[in-house]
Amino acid sequence: MTTLSIDHVSRWFGNVVAVNDITMTIGPGVTGLLGPNGAGKSTLINMMGGFLAPSNGSVTLDGTTIWRNAGIYRHIGIVPEREAMYDFLTGREFVVANAELHGLGRKEAARALATVEMEYAQDRKISTYSKGMRQRVKMASALVHDPSVLLLDEPFNGMDPRQRMQLMELLRRMGDQGRTVLFSSHILEEVEQLASHIEVVVAGRHAASGDFRKIRRLMTDRPHRYLVRSDNDRALAGALIADPSTSGIEVDLAEGALRIQAVDFARFTALLPRVARDHGIRLLTVSPSDESLESVFSYLVAA
Amino acid sequence: MSTTTPTAPPASGAATKAALFHPTVARLTHRALLGRRRAMILFALPALLVIIAVAVRTLTGADDTTAGAILGTFALGTMVPLIGVIAGTGAIGPEIDDGSVVYLLAKPVPRPTIIITKLLVAIGVTVAFSAIPILLAGFLLNGNSQQIAVGYAVAAAIASIAYSALFLLFGTITRHAVVFGLVYALVWESLFGNLVPGARTLSIQQWALALGQKAAAEGAISSDVQLPLAVGLLVALTAGATWYASRRLKALTLAGEE
Ligand SMILES: Nc1ncnc2c1ncn2[C@@H]1O[C@H](COP(=O)(O)OP(=O)(O)O)[C@@H](O)[C@H]1O
Ligand SMILES: [Mg+2]
Repeated sequence: MTTLSIDHVSRWFGNVVAVNDITMTIGPGVTGLLGPNGAGKSTLINMMGGFLAPSNGSVTLDGTTIWRNAGIYRHIGIVPEREAMYDFLTGREFVVANAELHGLGRKEAARALATVEMEYAQDRKISTYSKGMRQRVKMASALVHDPSVLLLDEPFNGMDPRQRMQLMELLRRMGDQGRTVLFSSHILEEVEQLASHIEVVVAGRHAASGDFRKIRRLMTDRPHRYLVRSDNDRALAGALIADPSTSGIEVDLAEGALRIQAVDFARFTALLPRVARDHGIRLLTVSPSDESLESVFSYLVAA
Repeated sequence: MSTTTPTAPPASGAATKAALFHPTVARLTHRALLGRRRAMILFALPALLVIIAVAVRTLTGADDTTAGAILGTFALGTMVPLIGVIAGTGAIGPEIDDGSVVYLLAKPVPRPTIIITKLLVAIGVTVAFSAIPILLAGFLLNGNSQQIAVGYAVAAAIASIAYSALFLLFGTITRHAVVFGLVYALVWESLFGNLVPGARTLSIQQWALALGQKAAAEGAISSDVQLPLAVGLLVALTAGATWYASRRLKALTLAGEE
């Protein structure tokens, strides 16, 4: 049981379309689900984990429907985003309880706690744990039955760099063992470091899919947009448009600035100061107008 | 689909599938119930009842009418439903609210098993904190004369079952289960029950009294509902609420942080 299939899946909440006709297949190895906040990542993961019914389409694991199928949890391990656990238990009691609910026992719980290196704090109450420790105990509870599919919603949120590295290493190992590991994140670097395959979701839609090189290329080989103010916009525009690195210039009267679209990032950044100097123009503002993650992603959707 | 991955756990479903009670679910529920601050009321109300019983006995001596009034109005009319609300909604509501129920639900455990186990824990807690103190208070008040102590204790135990089932169901339906539970117990049963005679037919308290009536001496306890109807309604409510709560849990939706 290792292949998750999402087939023409939509999910709406009232008027809000959280997931809009997404089709994707997730197989063995580590897959990153990348998208800005509100993109629909949690909604997708909840549907894959059987905690949300698709409004349309189907979500299956090797052909078996996940929604309302408790038996599927023999194969799936879930690491939820929310913090709440049974805080009045110790880490060990919590993982043992999770094992027992799978019909397993202390032995499997001990193995899972060892895997996440939490033995040293296993007899402390969960309420005393740091964010990273909680995350690792959650991880142990998800691993206790040795699942072939692991779903993690924003697992790196709030972790310090060392904890992040440890978890990445663990997930990489899980992926190498042939498990299907899916995690969500809104941070490109995080996904790049860990995922061998990336699915990008923006505003509920499936925006891109591929390995990190492909996603990177989609993101960097796009026209960059800059907002430039100078003491002589007109002359600057005339001088820049002659160069092939500049593909478009708009005079934004309202802003009192130029909107410049550059196709060759490296060449343009060298060109701009040189042109200004040669023409005796003073640059007042040079700001990339679309460096936020959202605009990077909306570019991907439009592409 | 027929390929088995090396990581697939052994198919040990048969054993867990049939059981209606899961000890791990019971342990988690029990610890959560008694560990919460709300649980203070579980201890405070029965203690108050016993103190009242001792005070009344000391001040006025043993009197069957006074005993019946205290056990009927304060104990069965107020304390049992309050404890039922705390135990019934508390057995599942907070877990659903904070999302920790994921750890129960992401398991191959049949949903009816989870509900029935939680129901049994809620019943156990309600009986322990209401029926048993009522029996004690009854003995303190009038030494169980006319079987009044036993009668009300039986009524409380029966009511504990139905309240637990109903309020557990509320816990799977709404975040405001406690409020709805209190409205049912205090407004419907007490207020309307006193004003509108018909409302008493649909009152767990009256059904339970019908059984308590049987257990006590002739005429010591009275109910507005005939025994067969009361038993039928009690069984129907408990079974129906449990069935529907299981259904709710099967399709429980955990959406974003909204
Ligand atoms: N229970 C809900 N009710 C209403 N809207 C919701 C609910 N859950 C999610 N949404 C909306 O669906 C969209 C996607 O949310 P979500 O899947 O949580 O995104 P992400 O995890 O990528 O940040 C958002 O616009 C969010 O507001
Ligand atoms: Mg999310």
